[in-house]
Amino acid sequence: MDVADGGGYMSGVRVAGIGLTHFGQHPERPSRDLFGEAGLAALDDAAIEREDVEALMYGNFMGEISDHQGHMGPLVAEAVGLDVPATRFESACASSATAVREAVMNIRSGEQDVVLVGGAERMTNISTPDATEALALAADDLYEVSAGMTFPGAYALMARAYFEQYGGSREDLAHIAVKNHYNALENEYAQYRREISTEDVLDAPPVAEPLGLYDACPLTDGASAAVLVSEEYAEANGLDASVAITGTGQGGDKIALQDREFLARTPAARKAATEAYDDAGIAAEDVDVVEVHDCFTIAEVMATEALGLYEPGEGIAAAREEETTREGPHPVNLSGGLKAKGHPVGATGTNQIAALTRLLRGDHPHSDAIADSPTAVAHNAGGTAASTAIHVLEEAQS
Amino acid sequence: MSDESRDAGHADLLDAIESGEGYYLACENGHGSLPPQRICPECGSRELTQEALPEEGEVETFTVIHATTPSFAEDTPYVVAVVGLGPVGLTGQVRGVEPDAVETGASVRPTVVETETTGERTIGFRP
Ligand SMILES: [Zn+2]
Repeated sequence: MDVADGGGYMSGVRVAGIGLTHFGQHPERPSRDLFGEAGLAALDDAAIEREDVEALMYGNFMGEISDHQGHMGPLVAEAVGLDVPATRFESACASSATAVREAVMNIRSGEQDVVLVGGAERMTNISTPDATEALALAADDLYEVSAGMTFPGAYALMARAYFEQYGGSREDLAHIAVKNHYNALENEYAQYRREISTEDVLDAPPVAEPLGLYDACPLTDGASAAVLVSEEYAEANGLDASVAITGTGQGGDKIALQDREFLARTPAARKAATEAYDDAGIAAEDVDVVEVHDCFTIAEVMATEALGLYEPGEGIAAAREEETTREGPHPVNLSGGLKAKGHPVGATGTNQIAALTRLLRGDHPHSDAIADSPTAVAHNAGGTAASTAIHVLEEAQS
Repeated sequence: MSDESRDAGHADLLDAIESGEGYYLACENGHGSLPPQRICPECGSRELTQEALPEEGEVETFTVIHATTPSFAEDTPYVVAVVGLGPVGLTGQVRGVEPDAVETGASVRPTVVETETTGERTIGFRP
């Protein structure tokens, strides 16, 4: 139990359970069904009474287009058999991390003790061009999308700006894709469980130069969920909830790249990281393992720099030099990242929380790859990172 | 274009650029922004005036797009660039130069172009 800075009461937050669907192509499944599976799995994993859940916070981005469905909060609450206040969070690809953040703050304040958080996205039931158009809704419609800027295009603009400012090559980026595919081999929930080579990445057709098809995460159907509870609830009910969310932060930026000071950095992520680290009482040097938002290979570079694992301009070589591989000093995306695990947009933030929870609990295929009592960080970025939410997870002190 | 489908501010800017009278919004502290905008996002000033858009800018970054949305299907491959024009930046399609020949740092002039696929107006740049 912590005492907040203002002297007010602040409860600790525990992850009582997590649930995932397989990430992949499930075009026939409405997002309510995807979330139903993940949400029930999380409730089962937490082993709590359904009646104890007080709220549902749900991330989703493009349901109006792929599911022809708005007002999804009550819909997905019904899918998991809950009659509680249920709200959808939409912050582009950071939708479910912002849902997690709201749940953490509500539990800390004492307002709620048990919250189901999560997200889902159905993406492959529409064509790739239509999905590309849907994803572009996260950019500035008047000033970016109207000129034909796609999301791969936006990250390509950032990649070229990075190369110009700091150096680096497509081959450096290719090592990130190779690493993340390798990490996903044993992830039973991952979309791609096959190794690729740097040649595969470099030879793939261009999507938005300098980025090619293998620099990009795939379109994915899937859902994720977590049951977050107060420390007091966990103790009173004898829950096995050994993982705590000890820090939360969110940063913002101008939505359009053209209006920003930096084209090769993500200041919103830096702000979110600073806030989350301060909140958890840690520094960047304390971070042992991270799940970051590698929607494109270059995004992993900018994420690790924003998190303070690398100085700006130095993250580009990290995968090639095997620093962010499983055996390296800064393992990044042990779950396979968005690149190989898949990126059902609204589900990705909670998926990162679930992956880190498994790593810390010891039931992740790569739990052996990390130190004892690790400090773990989840980085979930929306758009070109104009919405970024970051969480710190640690073993609970009890 | 009917009033219902017109995006006030943005469409006015395209009209202005098309007639050679492009502008941006400036506050008294020299910050630039683009319409529609009621307050300087940098300093909070609400005293915004229209200032002439520089006739030439510099390509800050660009991409050659090969895979795109249905609205640009027949435009591929096309170049999208972010161009710095004094205190503001604009995103648009680079025309009049082969995609392979576009370079960062190149000088370009803002203009209005029509997309190949839909004929919609958008911001463009020419050498
Ligand atoms: Zn100003």
